[in-house]
Amino acid sequence: MNTMTFGRAINSGLRRALEHDSRVVLIGEDIGTLGGVFRITDELQKDFGGHRVIDAPLAESAILGTAVGMAYRGYRPVCEIQFDGFIYPAFNQIVSQVAKLHYRTQGRVKMPLTIRVPFGGGIGAAEHHSESPEAYFLHTSGLRVVSASNPQDAFLMIQQAIACDDPVLFFEPKRRYHSKGEVDEDAGLDSYPMEQARVEIAGDDATLVTYGALVQVAREAAMAARDDGISLEVIDLRSLSPIDFATVEASVRKTGRLVVAHEASRTGGLGAELAASITQRCFYYLEHAPERIAGFDIPYPPAKMEHHHLPDLDRILDGVDRVMGRPNSLSGQEGN
Amino acid sequence: MSLHGRGPVPDENLVQLLRPDGTRTDGSGYTEWLGDIDGAALRGLYEDMVVVRRIDQEATALQRQGELALWPPLLGQEAAQIGSGRALRQDDFVFSSYRENGVAYCRGVGYADLLRVWRGNAPSGWDPYAVNMATPQVIIGAQTLHATGYAMATKFDGADAVAVAYFGDGATSQGDANEAMVFAASFQAPVVFFCQNNQWAISEPVRLQAQRDIADRAPGFGIPSVRVDGNDVLASLAVTRQALDRARGGGGPSFIEAVTYRMGPHTTADDPSRYRDPNELEDWKSRDPIDRLARLLKAEGLLDEEFASQAKDTADRAAAELREACVTMPEPGELDVFDNVYATPHTVLAEQKEEYRRYLASLAAAPGGTA
Repeated sequence: MNTMTFGRAINSGLRRALEHDSRVVLIGEDIGTLGGVFRITDELQKDFGGHRVIDAPLAESAILGTAVGMAYRGYRPVCEIQFDGFIYPAFNQIVSQVAKLHYRTQGRVKMPLTIRVPFGGGIGAAEHHSESPEAYFLHTSGLRVVSASNPQDAFLMIQQAIACDDPVLFFEPKRRYHSKGEVDEDAGLDSYPMEQARVEIAGDDATLVTYGALVQVAREAAMAARDDGISLEVIDLRSLSPIDFATVEASVRKTGRLVVAHEASRTGGLGAELAASITQRCFYYLEHAPERIAGFDIPYPPAKMEHHHLPDLDRILDGVDRVMGRPNSLSGQEGN
Repeated sequence: MSLHGRGPVPDENLVQLLRPDGTRTDGSGYTEWLGDIDGAALRGLYEDMVVVRRIDQEATALQRQGELALWPPLLGQEAAQIGSGRALRQDDFVFSSYRENGVAYCRGVGYADLLRVWRGNAPSGWDPYAVNMATPQVIIGAQTLHATGYAMATKFDGADAVAVAYFGDGATSQGDANEAMVFAASFQAPVVFFCQNNQWAISEPVRLQAQRDIADRAPGFGIPSVRVDGNDVLASLAVTRQALDRARGGGGPSFIEAVTYRMGPHTTADDPSRYRDPNELEDWKSRDPIDRLARLLKAEGLLDEEFASQAKDTADRAAAELREACVTMPEPGELDVFDNVYATPHTVLAEQKEEYRRYLASLAAAPGGTA
């Protein structure tokens, strides 16, 4: 076990993938000499060369489109999108090409791309630097979408994503890049499946599902709720597409209550899909309608206003109060 | 006052080896690329063009008869496609749009495979690796990037194969085509951009896409370009060979603008009479790519009656095989829609497939059902 930051864990996972498979190439803006604006690819170009770690001209569609061509020739490209809000110029290539080529070619051409996307807010950044665009990709068949919440998962899941024969959107919670944790670098790729959610904290009264940066907030919420006599079960979803419904379903059948939290806007988000599917699967077990604690349906706000938008400990706990039928903001009663 | 500019001014700055009257030019310095094109090779190019035109006609007829959902005719572009297609080596890789059925013919794509997607039986026609040609790209210009990335990977491998991107004049307005040229130049990728300027992007004339010759853009990206008479099969062959040779030798990307004309509609769903002057079509018919080569063959004593009827028979036989392949194509299965969405098992999709299978079974079991 080594203690390292989330960012370092991804770097270590990328290094492993580059060492393990000569067909793995990294391509993105500023990922070479600079090591990426977040230093996630630090030293990799120096150690593996400019043809394995490629500084790309500033054109996201071309980063994805050329990666498609490389995949045609048997490569496993790892594309870095510098910031969440810069992914849209590449949307056409991701949705119309990367996601559909395996289907279009009836399985003859594989698209084992990994698309790394630093996402989410909470870092006081400029416009287009704090977004959570994951729902667009959940809605696109042919893609897998994952998000790691801790250094161990980051280390493992980036390697699993690269080894996967399907294209994977790999959402990195950028405000956790500097969070430290224990990482077992000897953990094998089969030690925990990429598609499987994880029960972070076991509990009995309500299920709190989230992913990425909010997993830490959810853990804090569980501790605070415990002081209040509520036992929260916290699930880190890890895979956003496909969703591991079995794990969430088992939890909700036990607790009868579901709260989903994400930074992304509420309408049409992952919470909507979870609320609908879990209601369908667990209708007779539910004690309360599922609650979504999400970003509002607004453009990501400026730095001094972002705390109004981002779900935090108190908003999550307010959602827990709602599903528990306790005094909460919606009932018009003040909490104790 | 017009909203738009004048568009490119027609000029004589075309590489042309064969005049519309079938006489040879002095070769514009390109004859060295055609040293092996003897009488038999000329006849081969002629037969190729006759066959792909006949296939194209037959496919259009199949669409009119309800056997195909749609067909994008190549009528008029035979020389650009056969000339460039026959320049390629087997290990080169083609990324094309949907109109390059003549190129697909050169690559050895089978008739059923050519039609499968247009009949609606499958998401695409053929195994790209069997013929080293990607299946048709419908998103305009997207394939220029795929060709560039493939070429970059070819270079990583130290191979001397070349990637060729086929696209039209409309695609040159797309960001992807321009980004592809940036990447191709920056990485000196062995890629050939083969633009068939057929004058029309559905109803939009080329003057809406370009105020200068399209070929003029490439040098601004650091890519050498050439403007070729796309209705001249010999010139199309020569300039493509030159560009391929440059790429193989480490000289990086090239851009070819093949000036041609889409004599038919954009697709069988289009009606060019709504936007096109019929005189324009008549004018281009006088520059027909097949007639032009036929005149040369005649002048050189290569188009006797025997060869002419042999070429026609070959074309008719191809059309009959195409028709047969079309109407006998097996229908897709009812659960095939779920196949190959993912390369590895996917829990949610597996559930949906099972749900639909049970639904179909319930219909079959219901009174009046098929069970």
